[in-house]
Amino acid sequence: MPSKRGAAPYVFLAPAVTLFTLFLAVPIGYTVYLSLRRTKVKGLGLGKGAKTEIFVGWDNLKTAVTDPELWHGWERVVGYGALVLVVMLGFALLFALLLDSAHVRLSRFSRISIFLPYAVPGVVASLLWGFLYLPGMTPIGGIDFLSPTAVTYSMANIAVWGGTGFNMLVLYTNLRAIPQEYYEAARMDGAGELEIAFRIKIPILTPAIILTTVFSIIATIQVFTEPTTLRPFSNTISSTWSPLMKVYRDAFVTGDLYSAAATSLVIAAISLVLSFGFLRVVRGRAFGES
Amino acid sequence: MTTQRDRSRIQEALTVGRSRHAAEAPRRPLGLAPTGLLILGAIYCLLPVSWVLVSATKSPGELFTLSTFQPGTGLFSNLESLNAYRGGVFWLWMLNTLIYAGGGALLSTLVSAVSGFALAKYRFPGRNLIFNILIGGILVPAVVLAIPQYLLFSKLGLADTYWAVLLPQILHPYSIYLARIYAAAAIPDSLLEAGRIDGATEFRLLRRVALPLMIPGMVTIFLFQFVAIWNNFLLPFIMLGDDHKFPLTVGLYTLLAAGANQPSLYNLIITGALLSIIPLIALFLTMQRYWRTDLSSGAVK
Repeated sequence: MPSKRGAAPYVFLAPAVTLFTLFLAVPIGYTVYLSLRRTKVKGLGLGKGAKTEIFVGWDNLKTAVTDPELWHGWERVVGYGALVLVVMLGFALLFALLLDSAHVRLSRFSRISIFLPYAVPGVVASLLWGFLYLPGMTPIGGIDFLSPTAVTYSMANIAVWGGTGFNMLVLYTNLRAIPQEYYEAARMDGAGELEIAFRIKIPILTPAIILTTVFSIIATIQVFTEPTTLRPFSNTISSTWSPLMKVYRDAFVTGDLYSAAATSLVIAAISLVLSFGFLRVVRGRAFGES
Repeated sequence: MTTQRDRSRIQEALTVGRSRHAAEAPRRPLGLAPTGLLILGAIYCLLPVSWVLVSATKSPGELFTLSTFQPGTGLFSNLESLNAYRGGVFWLWMLNTLIYAGGGALLSTLVSAVSGFALAKYRFPGRNLIFNILIGGILVPAVVLAIPQYLLFSKLGLADTYWAVLLPQILHPYSIYLARIYAAAAIPDSLLEAGRIDGATEFRLLRRVALPLMIPGMVTIFLFQFVAIWNNFLLPFIMLGDDHKFPLTVGLYTLLAAGANQPSLYNLIITGALLSIIPLIALFLTMQRYWRTDLSSGAVK
């Protein structure tokens, strides 16, 4: 059993706690602070002291919550996110189960190939797919991948391509840790591979599936790289396509830090609500019986 | 503590990969559908990578005339024009990316390993509180951090410096979590006790006993962190203005933003994209046995 050793553990934890304070706690506090303030212009707004920062309370947050542009962003991202989550995690689970079944040949080749996109940065992935979508260069003719109706699917495809392999690997390594005796016992009782997958493997995998889902929810809500990189290819993607793009535009293009701070708090809150909401729903279902 | 269980699980995970298939002596018949589905998945994943490999060999004229997967003759001239672009700034981006990813991942791994060791092997007031607060960081979306981090760095005069990209990426809550699990499983308490009886200080135990035993887990943490920083776009995009400090992701993005309307720049972008993924794919194929997510499998439940 570990025992008490004076100051040593605190000294060992000091770097992490310091970094946490400087790069997590202080920035979060600063965001909250900014979101409650706004600059006020006196007179013509010229000269020193003409612009002062004032406390405005919930005003910025109210504006952020009711901003129609942001809600359009949410609509797009929720549609995109639902598509990505279902397809990406569905394929990740399917491939992990297939790799784990005894029937498959060339499994090493498939596993490495499907995991390979993990080594490709989001910017480069979007760039490669962007060229593959480009009317003059695409190998698949007859479809305008960058049209207003298709662009969400085209973007989801990039995320699915980039994320399936990693999630597959997480699920697959969890499957590998299941003792073989479980399967032997099931086979003795006459269970087939499908039955083993649904009755043994998926239930044991549930906690890992939940974990990958929560991480994927957090990542999809913050989608930024793919739409930003695809923008040069197509004018159907606005500078506020996703909520995070709007935060970026407000902060660095329009220069309205206060709205940007408020909007990023709204994104964080929605992300937390969705993650915890999801955890609650599945907890009740998955762990209710055990 | 579930030390024993975690340890046996890690041991198992280390060995199953190779031995399990061999152990299954009576091989069942080949499943055509499962194999076919996996191969389709593999082809889909390889498609853009093979496309960029072929396209980088095409000269500007060939890019639009040759069929998609027909190799061209322009690879060397493409490399030359990339090399000449803005005085070879592409190679600087490559070097910067190596500095950010290598330096950041190294520091991150050390901080995570030391914290994980402290959390796994000591009992002290506040242990659970500190662990829960650090782990809570996993759920904080990067978006609430990026802007205030930028503002705070510019107040300190550190925006648009290497530090602005390096420092915020050292703390990685999930790595601390992995390091804690690994430390619990890989470091026997008896070894620490023996060291203490011999009069070793806690710092010496950390350096001579704990860290050496944690190396395999640290390599895995390093690799995942290296890839995460290599692939990061938002943070350097916000922090940096000077293109001599850009990593590859931001550099290629600016090249694309400048060249989307100029098909003459397409070759540069495509060749740059190919060169930018070669190092990671090489790292990925050579370090295969360390790409394990099962450091975490013990604690998912």
